[in-house]
Amino acid sequence: MISVIDCQMGNIGSVVNIIKHIGHKVQVISTKEEVLAAEKLIFPGVGHWDNGVKKLSESGLKPALIEAVTERKTPLMGICLGMQLLFKTSDEGKKEGLGFVPGHVKKFNFSSVSADLLTGPGRLRIPHMGWNVVQPCKERSPILNGLKELDGETRFYFVHSYHASDVPEEYQLLTSHYGNDFVCAVNKGNVWGFQFHPEKSHKFGIQLFKNFAESI
Amino acid sequence: MLRTRVIPALLLDGQGLVKTTKFKSPVYVGDASNSCRIYNQMEVDELVLFDIRASSKKVPIQYELIQQIVSECFMPICYGGGVKTLEDFRSLFHIGVEKVSVSSLLFENPQVVKEAIKIYGAQSIIATLDIKRSRFRNVQQVYLHNGKKRIKKSLDEVIALLNDIGVGEIVVNNIDKEGTWEGFDCDLVRYFADNTQVPVVALGGAGSKDDIKTVVQQGHASAVALGSMAVFQSKGMGVLIKFPKLKELKELLGTK
Repeated sequence: MISVIDCQMGNIGSVVNIIKHIGHKVQVISTKEEVLAAEKLIFPGVGHWDNGVKKLSESGLKPALIEAVTERKTPLMGICLGMQLLFKTSDEGKKEGLGFVPGHVKKFNFSSVSADLLTGPGRLRIPHMGWNVVQPCKERSPILNGLKELDGETRFYFVHSYHASDVPEEYQLLTSHYGNDFVCAVNKGNVWGFQFHPEKSHKFGIQLFKNFAESI
Repeated sequence: MLRTRVIPALLLDGQGLVKTTKFKSPVYVGDASNSCRIYNQMEVDELVLFDIRASSKKVPIQYELIQQIVSECFMPICYGGGVKTLEDFRSLFHIGVEKVSVSSLLFENPQVVKEAIKIYGAQSIIATLDIKRSRFRNVQQVYLHNGKKRIKKSLDEVIALLNDIGVGEIVVNNIDKEGTWEGFDCDLVRYFADNTQVPVVALGGAGSKDDIKTVVQQGHASAVALGSMAVFQSKGMGVLIKFPKLKELKELLGTK
């Protein structure tokens, strides 16, 4: 059974849909008891950093999540803002995130990219929105099983203005490129984070959820 | 690198899909959820659904139908039509819609749109502008309610309003081109693309793959939406759910 955490941070319906589609049991949870009892946790979220931290705190889920992840070693997958909140700090807000993964969240900065990428057709805009190709940082990782075999290139749907940075190499899972290379997926122990939306990424996302459900 | 999104833009009329020309003469295309299932199998980048009755004829939002479509489609889905209240936004996001598009609400109650952006983030709130040339004034202006109500603002003023509200993406639709297969209004699209910071989606007029390329290169569109090209074999021909293949689009558009 996979438990999807709902703390009023946007779209959870599509995560539930895709887990059902791959034939696994799924429930939506919103209390600390449910977080502590969960077998596997998915933490989706969109929106503003401070709002996310606020929702986590108000709902009383923050300490429960910390206990589940650090003491009970419950597998946790953060998606989008849910991934960013795995870090402690973000340029977007002042409040403190979960701090499961070392690093920091910062805004896209194109000051070092060539000028022709900033005007005219195909100019870099924020948010980074659309399908982009990802590159694995590790030779093998169970969460990435079978992805390479699906298609010539692995691609996911992204929508975000901030991204992870200063992540130690050992915790980097996938990178993507938008103006510069950036880390778009992380893994530390029983915690995984994906900046993109696997629930909106066709067969690539389906494979990722399958791996989380079956290989983790 | 980021690929240019190419997106079917579909018109809901009850449970069915229709295709209009210049917002008139709707032609029945097929069952909405069956058609969307086919686009999902084709692995299209995204899907845009506009309910053409919900706003103009005040028909309630068809949550059940949208939920059914969303539960079988594993790509982002944008829904527009009849969204008026924060509760409408909440319900749509709850069932798994990725983006909610607003038109009338931008002008009638911008405060609600701002509130929705605060809660769900700018990236989830899309402004769709239906634009046509007013016959008397010979200027292009925004129209609401399926092209029936003119907004007495210049496009400059509309851009200022969108910047103030802070929407995350803008769909620029030219009603005069819609369903004509004549090609996009590249000047109009570029006007928005160059005067805003957010992604601009071109809609209205696509008739060939070259039109897609042209509106990206000359119109500076971040994404391209196809209406007729997604549902008809070719101009004047029968219904056929189809879409350019990823390989073709890659050759056509490349990446920057």
